[in-house]
Amino acid sequence: MGKSSTAKDAQALFHSLRSAYAATPTTLKIIDLYVLYAVSTALIQVGYMAIVGSFPFNSFLSGVLSCAGTAVLAVCLRIQVNKENKEFKDLPPERAFADFVLCNLVLHLVIMNFLG
Amino acid sequence: MAASETAKDSALRHAFGNVLSFFILVLIGVLAFSIRLFSVIKYESVIHEFDPYFNYRVTQFLTKNGIYDFWNWFDDRTWYPLGRVIGGTVYPGLTLTAGTLWWILNSLNIPLSVETVCVFTAPIFSSIAAWATYLLTKEVKGTGAGLTAAALLAMVPSYISRSVAGSYDNEAVAIFALIFTFYLYIKTLNTGSLFYATLNSIAYFYMVCSWGGYTFIINLIPMHVLLCIVTGRYSSRLYIAYAPLVVLGTLLASLVPVVGFNAVLTSEHFASFLVFIIIHVVALAYHIKGMLSPSMFKVAVTLVVSVGLVICCAVVAVLVALVASSPTKGWSGRSLSLLDPTYASKYIPIIASVSEHQPPTWPSYFMDINVLAFLVPAGIIACFLPLSDASSFVVLYIVTSVYFSGVMVRLMLVLAPAACIMSGIALSEAFAVFTRSIKFQLPSLSGDSQVDAGNSDSGSAATTQTEAVKADKIEESAKERPSRKNKKKEKETVEKPSVKSRIEKRLLVLPLESSVIALLLLVLLGAFYVVHCVWAAAEAYSAPSIVLTSHSHDGLHVFDDFREAYAWLSHNTEVDDKVASWWDYGYQTTAMANRTVIVDNNTWNNTHIATVGTAMSSPEKAAWEIFDSLDVKYVLVVFGGLVGYPSDDINKFLWMVRIGGGVFPHIKEPDYLRDGQYRIDSQATPTMLNCLMYKLSYYRFVETDGKAFDRVRQTEIGKKHFKLTHFEEVFTTHHWMVRIYKLKPPKNRIRGKTKKSKS
Repeated sequence: MGKSSTAKDAQALFHSLRSAYAATPTTLKIIDLYVLYAVSTALIQVGYMAIVGSFPFNSFLSGVLSCAGTAVLAVCLRIQVNKENKEFKDLPPERAFADFVLCNLVLHLVIMNFLG
Repeated sequence: MAASETAKDSALRHAFGNVLSFFILVLIGVLAFSIRLFSVIKYESVIHEFDPYFNYRVTQFLTKNGIYDFWNWFDDRTWYPLGRVIGGTVYPGLTLTAGTLWWILNSLNIPLSVETVCVFTAPIFSSIAAWATYLLTKEVKGTGAGLTAAALLAMVPSYISRSVAGSYDNEAVAIFALIFTFYLYIKTLNTGSLFYATLNSIAYFYMVCSWGGYTFIINLIPMHVLLCIVTGRYSSRLYIAYAPLVVLGTLLASLVPVVGFNAVLTSEHFASFLVFIIIHVVALAYHIKGMLSPSMFKVAVTLVVSVGLVICCAVVAVLVALVASSPTKGWSGRSLSLLDPTYASKYIPIIASVSEHQPPTWPSYFMDINVLAFLVPAGIIACFLPLSDASSFVVLYIVTSVYFSGVMVRLMLVLAPAACIMSGIALSEAFAVFTRSIKFQLPSLSGDSQVDAGNSDSGSAATTQTEAVKADKIEESAKERPSRKNKKKEKETVEKPSVKSRIEKRLLVLPLESSVIALLLLVLLGAFYVVHCVWAAAEAYSAPSIVLTSHSHDGLHVFDDFREAYAWLSHNTEVDDKVASWWDYGYQTTAMANRTVIVDNNTWNNTHIATVGTAMSSPEKAAWEIFDSLDVKYVLVVFGGLVGYPSDDINKFLWMVRIGGGVFPHIKEPDYLRDGQYRIDSQATPTMLNCLMYKLSYYRFVETDGKAFDRVRQTEIGKKHFKLTHFEEVFTTHHWMVRIYKLKPPKNRIRGKTKKSKS
């Protein structure tokens, strides 16, 4: 009895999540896709390291942290561009994107240096 | 009409306030610079102490050979025969900063020598640190508090002690980097701008380059984020302030060779990763909460908690196993000694022997931060009215720095900026209350203020006279965007805020006479603080410790023995000769005498130091053999018995015994003590009277006054007439403070016992 209700609850939860997410604007969905791509790349790199070993550790570190870094920065961009977010009502989305690009530039400069 | 006039008036007052703040800041910078010049005036423009000499030598190398050679430098003139990888074991921030400064000045054709630039780096960066304190406190409480905090920091004795002109050490630039990093973090937290988050990471990188104390930042900020989450103050600005800093900061920290992979492998950084995971979980939770209806959200929570708990336990178990497998649980010795103050004395005698690592005495708090010690609690209370993210951060900063300053006296330096910020806030709030009380009770001015309060739209927010009152209302503009919304709201509800503000102001008004007296007393308090700071800077913290002075009835005596000895070494020995001394003098010997040393102040190899300690504690023949195996030609000891210099090698001798005994068990400390007491007079043990340190210190000492009276130990020595068999004295300085001996070459023939060779 309890188990089926949990299963039903899980299904209902899944449906409501899906419908709520379908309502988000396309720009935010693109950013979410980018975050997903970055995180999956990081996971692939970790898997590769588990198989092959971590010898040039700085390369591994810079690879994983670059994926994590762009994911985090994309999430920050999403926060700032999201129209439902009242704290950033006065921030023009171009400014948010410019900050995003600048931070990514710094991140990748460091990555290039650390990659070895 | 009235509104536009008030707007013009307020703009004028605003501009006047800005210009005044600018001039005050310039004066604060000049003050911070000039109060640190006492040592240059009283002695000369010379580099102080021990560690700065190493930094000076590294800077000389950098300016002469360029940055690539510096980055790859392997130093073979120290820790003979091991050498030291300077590029990989030094925090490059200070030397790169001074080198850049020198290079810029020289390219502008201002020919300052490297030594001058090194000597004056610390005062320059103290001025800049005072300005950074202004910026930080302005973000927390407002301009008035900022100016007060900056003025306090310019003079606080604890910071002066490590940044006088000549004290060319890491803290000179690191404290500026610390305050600036905190300022950028608070600014990002207040504005939510990714641009400031990038700047924050770059400032954190500068901090990692400069000082090992950067671990304080990378643990304090996660603690603050956790505090905000737990007290329900999570916002997306917190995420923007923290998450990029962790990723970018870890990467930038790994770039610095001395940190390298420690940035991800040691326990000092795990807190930041843990909070990184936590903030992602919290962010996701808030996001989903915003998307779903409340009932659905409850279902989601129960589902996630049950599944997540299992995964969490598994991950935590793996982590604990990993960490527990290392003997120190992944922490470095120095960090462990901060968490457990008794750790160093039990396991690592070298860390315990450094005087800077001892806990401070109670009077040293009053000496080092003076009046601020009792303004800090007032500041903490002021931070709670009202509590914002920024003020909770400063409260956390002061609490943690008070704890750490109690563990190690060297960390009083980290307490100083926090104390100045808190005291600045307290003083500014106090001044605000008193001046407001006076203003609203003087009959001529009260008419104006009534009109001001009556002006509906921005009456409670902007158009007030003094900066102090403005500082009081900064709480409303703590978040920039919502404050604009507030002002728009106030235009609608005209009556309520002005009436409320009038009532508020009435409540906080004190009687006129007490306000005036209280203002005078506060100014007097500031005067006492200034007098104490100038006295401390002039008398207590300006001694270069390489030149000593004493006042006697026939004038000023100058003891320049150290430089005399190093100059003798550099002129009278071969370039490749090795000099053995206790590790305190290693940096000075390589920098000033330019000779290879066996051990120096870096103390990275305990066994090597124990070897030298054992040699100093052994009888002459054994010591000669140890030194000969290390290719040593000259031995240098510091002796203060003739003039009463208390920091000489005989006073440090027990540490040599302890450290040597820690590695070579045949050196036992009780052998050198008579009934548990350390003596060098006639009651001393034979082991003590025969050891090399005793002999090298007191050789021919009886010739000075016939009775061999040691002024430091205040007794006559035990063994007065003896000859040296394996060493010969080559130089003793004018006041007998530094004595240099040469190893005698082995005899050609060994009389008596002949060794039969095995054929």
